[in-house]
Parts: sequence; structure tokens; C-alpha cells
Amino acid sequence: MPLVVRLRSAVCLIDRFPALAGVDLDVEEGEVVLLSGPNGAGKTTLLRMLAGLLPMHSGSGEVFGCDLRSDRRGARRSLALVGHETFCYDDLSVRENLRFAARASGRPASASDAAIDRLGLAPIADVTHARLSAGQRRRLALAVAFAREPRLLLLDEPHAGLDSVGREVLDSIVEAAPNEGRTVLLASHELERARALSGREVVIAAGQAGGGVLEGPAAGSVPAPPSRETAGLA
Amino acid sequence: MNVFQEAAIVAGKDLRIEARSRVTMTQILPFGGVVLLLFAFALDQKKILRQVAPGLFWVCVLLAALLAVSRSFSIEQQNGARDGLRLSGLDGAAVFLGKAGAIGAELLVLELVLGIGVVVLYGIAPASIGVLLLTAVAATVSVAATGTLYGVLAAGLRVRETLVPLLLLPVVAPVLFGATRAFELALHLHPHSHASDAWPWVGMLSLFAVIYASAGTLAFGTLLEES
Repeated sequence: MPLVVRLRSAVCLIDRFPALAGVDLDVEEGEVVLLSGPNGAGKTTLLRMLAGLLPMHSGSGEVFGCDLRSDRRGARRSLALVGHETFCYDDLSVRENLRFAARASGRPASASDAAIDRLGLAPIADVTHARLSAGQRRRLALAVAFAREPRLLLLDEPHAGLDSVGREVLDSIVEAAPNEGRTVLLASHELERARALSGREVVIAAGQAGGGVLEGPAAGSVPAPPSRETAGLA
Repeated sequence: MNVFQEAAIVAGKDLRIEARSRVTMTQILPFGGVVLLLFAFALDQKKILRQVAPGLFWVCVLLAALLAVSRSFSIEQQNGARDGLRLSGLDGAAVFLGKAGAIGAELLVLELVLGIGVVVLYGIAPASIGVLLLTAVAATVSVAATGTLYGVLAAGLRVRETLVPLLLLPVVAPVLFGATRAFELALHLHPHSHASDAWPWVGMLSLFAVIYASAGTLAFGTLLEES
């Protein structure tokens, strides 16, 4: 399978602190990969760097063959990030926000309608973002990602704030991703649920000088987050 | 999609947000009107008011432009919308043209309303409409382009509201000067002046508009990524 993500010794500095220090990671097309690790390990930083929202200060990295240092815009064309925020405008309705997300990404307006249907947002489609509850906003964040029809879905704690119905919808989306030609990188602290969805787990280890990556199977027993030594970072 | 189609999407979004939130209608327009009114009370002499009217008009427009620029970038701070804009893969030049276009459209509406205010409050009779329109368009493009460029530069900073005026006003001072002179000549506010004398000023304003718009188109993408 072709590689969707390829990182070699990737370093990302935040305020001169190495939030990621020398990460190697390969993700093949159609994989669902769980990123786990303690708070501050660098999961969010890794996802934001792959999305081109944070710079890669050294090492090399590609997303869909686009260099993360020289062609961040190219990399973004085929991915979507569901982060801690919705990336939406308070004064626009759910439908208007989704339509803007779809059209700005070069997708037809019908992509926003499909996202509304898929995430069950039809009852609140004409409600402005400012009036949505926290759970509805989380669903909208997923719908925004969906409206962009991404080939790589980067999910940062996607279960947080969702009710049981929302979680089931999210799980069905992740489960269906490989069949729809999508690759998913999922960062989560809800390990049991996330492991059931993932084919592989990548543990990101925190360290004073940064983090590293240790790979292991998702379905089997996964060891506790490794020390810097076990991650080969010492 | 070409860059102009992408710009239209961004401009449409910004204008829709303004239409929905009505900040322009309820804050920026009344602000301009109040400034005009205050000057009318402060100067309180029709003759002086007529002479200084073009300058007051453009000072009002510039002050209102500061609010419009601030508003244009504060909406991108909501809910990580700025990151969403970057993630969309839109060309930086298109985002610049779209945001500047929306600010320019708001300013043109403001200028129309303020113009009516000047006619009513200051007793100025409109003349040489073509020169006035071209001056307004060229000056508005300059102000909107410069404001958008400095707006993104300061967008990520806590001191955005105070920094933008400090950066913007000195740069657009030549625009204020040129637009005021062009209006004075077009409105025959000086003895022996002719509307045709305004054309060199209109030309200078057009040159500024091209320079500022070109600089913004080239630099905005990098500033959006790095600032």
C-alpha cells in the first residue's frame, strides 16, 4: 500500500521547546492508526504538524508525497483535522459554515449536505454556531472535516464531549474509513474504544527533551507508555 | 478554482457574517456619523466646515476603516477559524483579495452614507461626480488593502487593537492627503480651482492602490502562515 504519511526524525519546537523530538512514522493508505500517550506527550502537536498548522523544524516529512516544509498547502488539500475547536464562525449557521468549508476546499456544495446527513445535523442545520451546545459543536467539527471529503482524517480526541449517539456516529465513520479510501490518525485517551477502532497503535512517549514513537499492535495488549530509553531517544 | 473565485468565496463569507452580525450597521456607520456630527458642533461655522469637509470625511473613513479591519480579523480568532482558513488550502492571495474586497465594500457603503451626511450637515453641493467616485474607489482600495495586510500581521497578537492603528495610519497618510486634495478640487472648494486639476491626485491614488494591492497579494499568504 502507498504511504500517506512519512516522517523521519521530525522535530517540532514550541517556544524553543522540542514538543516533538525525532519522530519516525509511516502510515499506509487505508490504515486506522491510534496515537496514544500521556498528556503533553505530543499527540496534538504531531497531528497539527501533519496538518501543516505547526512547522517542522528539522527532519523530513511528507503527506501524500507533499513535503511538509515546502508544500504545506499541497498536503492540506487532501486532509482534514478535527481538533479541539470547530474552525467555524459564530454568526453563520451550521449549513453556512459547512458550505463555506466545502467550497473553500474546492468541493461542491452538495458535500456539505452529505456531511449534514451523515452527522445527523439536519434538525440544527439553520442554527448559528454561537447557539450550539458543546456536544453539537463537536459533531459540527466532524461534519466540517467531512465536508472537505478528506483522504486523510486527523482526529484529536474526537470522542470528547460527544453523547452516546454522537460516539456511535463517530465510530461508524472511523470503521467505514478504510472502505471509503480514507486513512485515519486518531489521538485519544479513551483507549479501549479507540483500540477497538484501530488496526495499529503508536505510543508517543513524553520526555523532558521531547517525545518519540514506539509502535505496537492495537488489538493486543499494549504496554504502558515507554520510557525515553525504550523509545530509543536517550 | 482560480484565485478570483476563491476570493469571492472568502468575501461572500465575510459579508454574510457582517450582514448577520450587523456590526457595520450598528457600530461602524453610527461611529462615522457621530464623528461628522461632533466636528459640525465643534467648528460651528458653515464656511469653515465647507473648507475642511473633505479632510473630515476622509478622517472619518480612516477611523471607521480601523474598526472594519479589526472586526475582519477578530472573526477569524473565533473557534480557531483562522486555522480552518489555513486548512482549507485556499491561496493566500485569494484570502487577501477576499478579505480586502469585503472591507472595501463595507467602506464604500460607509462613504456613501457619510457623503450624504456631509451634504446635509456641512451644506456641500455635490459636483464632478465622476472624479469623486474614482477618488473614492482608488482610496478605498488602498485603505482596504493596507488594512488587510497589517490586520493579518497583528492578528495573532494580544495588542492587535492598538497595534493596527499605529502601523496603518502612517502608511495611509498619503492616501488621506491625496483623497482630500482630489475632493477639494472636485467640489470647487478653492477659488479658481477646476475639477480637471484633481486628475493628478486621482492618478496618484490609483498608483497607491495598485502598489498596496500587489504587495498584499504577494505577502499575505506568508503572513497568514507565519504570524
